[in-house]
Amino acid sequence: MFKLGLPQTIAPPENCIQIEGLSKSFGDQVLYDNFDLTLPGDKFVSIFGPNGCGKSTLINMISGLIPFDSGRISINGKPIRRSRIGYVFQNYRDSLFPWMTAFDNIAYPLQVKGMKAKECHEIVENLIKTFDIRLDLTRYPYSFSGGQQQLISILRALVADPEVLFLDEPFSALDFETTLFVRDKLQEIFMTAKLPMVMVVHNLEEAVYLADTVLLLSKRPTHLVAEVNFEAPRPRTPDTLSSPEFVQISRQCLDIFQEEMRK
Amino acid sequence: MITPAKTLPKPLGHRAALDLNLWIDRLLPLVGVILLFSVWWLIAVSGWVSPVLLPTPWATLQTLVSAVFTGTMLTSFTATVVRTFQAFVLAAVIGVPLGVALGSSERVYRSVEFLIDFFRSTPASALIPMFILFFGVSDISKVVIAAFSALLLILFNSAYGVMNAKRSRILAAKVMGANRWQVFKDVLLWESMPQTFIGLRSGISIALVIVIVAEMFIGTQQGLGKRIIDAQQILNVKDMYASILMTGLLGYSLNMLFLMFEKRVIHWSGK
Repeated sequence: MFKLGLPQTIAPPENCIQIEGLSKSFGDQVLYDNFDLTLPGDKFVSIFGPNGCGKSTLINMISGLIPFDSGRISINGKPIRRSRIGYVFQNYRDSLFPWMTAFDNIAYPLQVKGMKAKECHEIVENLIKTFDIRLDLTRYPYSFSGGQQQLISILRALVADPEVLFLDEPFSALDFETTLFVRDKLQEIFMTAKLPMVMVVHNLEEAVYLADTVLLLSKRPTHLVAEVNFEAPRPRTPDTLSSPEFVQISRQCLDIFQEEMRK
Repeated sequence: MITPAKTLPKPLGHRAALDLNLWIDRLLPLVGVILLFSVWWLIAVSGWVSPVLLPTPWATLQTLVSAVFTGTMLTSFTATVVRTFQAFVLAAVIGVPLGVALGSSERVYRSVEFLIDFFRSTPASALIPMFILFFGVSDISKVVIAAFSALLLILFNSAYGVMNAKRSRILAAKVMGANRWQVFKDVLLWESMPQTFIGLRSGISIALVIVIVAEMFIGTQQGLGKRIIDAQQILNVKDMYASILMTGLLGYSLNMLFLMFEKRVIHWSGK
């Protein structure tokens, strides 16, 4: 755990997120029916599945953004209401607050908790130093490039010492070059913060590259098809992409995915 | 400027051409003005229209300048400006908070939407006689009716600003732990601001329109509306046109003032 001056999580349990009997329908479309899932407390998990299978809906339910019909979700043994959640949205442009400077954006989760300005400032400064962020944060979000804005969103999601960080297709609004930049920075943050991360992606290679575990979901009603582990050492580099393990795991995921699509 | 021109004739020549182009571009808005004044002047001197009805632009501008510097134009101008601002402030102080409050609950807004739309569509000038009944022919009457028409515009723009707030920003605030009040003051209020400013800008424009009409109808000691109608009654057409120009200048300046203010406050708009 990186020190942020906030009360630290007391000995993270083996399993961070526990989902039991989750059901969710939109109208008469059943999305999840009695869905069970357990996610580890120190891993980078990628969620991959066909379009419309509810990948984003799943992390939105876990993070309490949308309600579910029945079932139970707990994070570190607590109901989601009482857990600290970091969430990075797909579209940084519509989730950062353009009327606040980048610094104030990052400090917002602390300010919401009623923390004093001076203390907020210290924690943000500390965070910036920990992750070696070289941006002029007195500027407004719209004056940064897309990649930098997404990085600011990630910092904002991290500042309040979350128990888990959710990322909803964090690269999909970025071009190729900035995707590489944000992806490397995210890996760096994961290695430093040792914080469980759950990322929804729509690109299989993206899903495998950063993950310890790739969750492959089925078509609706959604269930877990396979849980594929990828154990390449970190930090992963462009070389990882051509390593036999990466190719083999990607192939395995693709096969499972294609077989699932034929059903 | 000349010395480098000898050593570096080409780049400077090129830059001079660019500068000239830039200047021409800046002067483009004047083309319409010159065109209007030319047509006006042609009609005035051609004899198609009696000079009693249409003085030349030059004579009108002379009247305007002398009325501003030696006459009573500034008194009329100030009276109208004061009324317009009184009406505007009254409307804004009630309209913005009420609009934001109505907008934060869509169901509440829907329940009063018809009323707002109905009175927004009713020409405010149609209500002048009613306001005279209640407030008499005093100054209050003119200010209140102008405020009323500006109020509806401001209110519904603020309400829509809140209702059209980006959902993802509200969700972002919620997931960061903001409660309802924090979402309101940290997100909804700010999200509504671009739209609120549109309401304020249209509000002051309509306030000016109604103040001018009310000055003509209800009568007053001073004011541009009163001045225009009086000048017309005694066929002092030069002063009438000068006062009309003055009113136009006032309306235009108010709009520009608000646009500039808006650009500074809502720095993130369109970005």
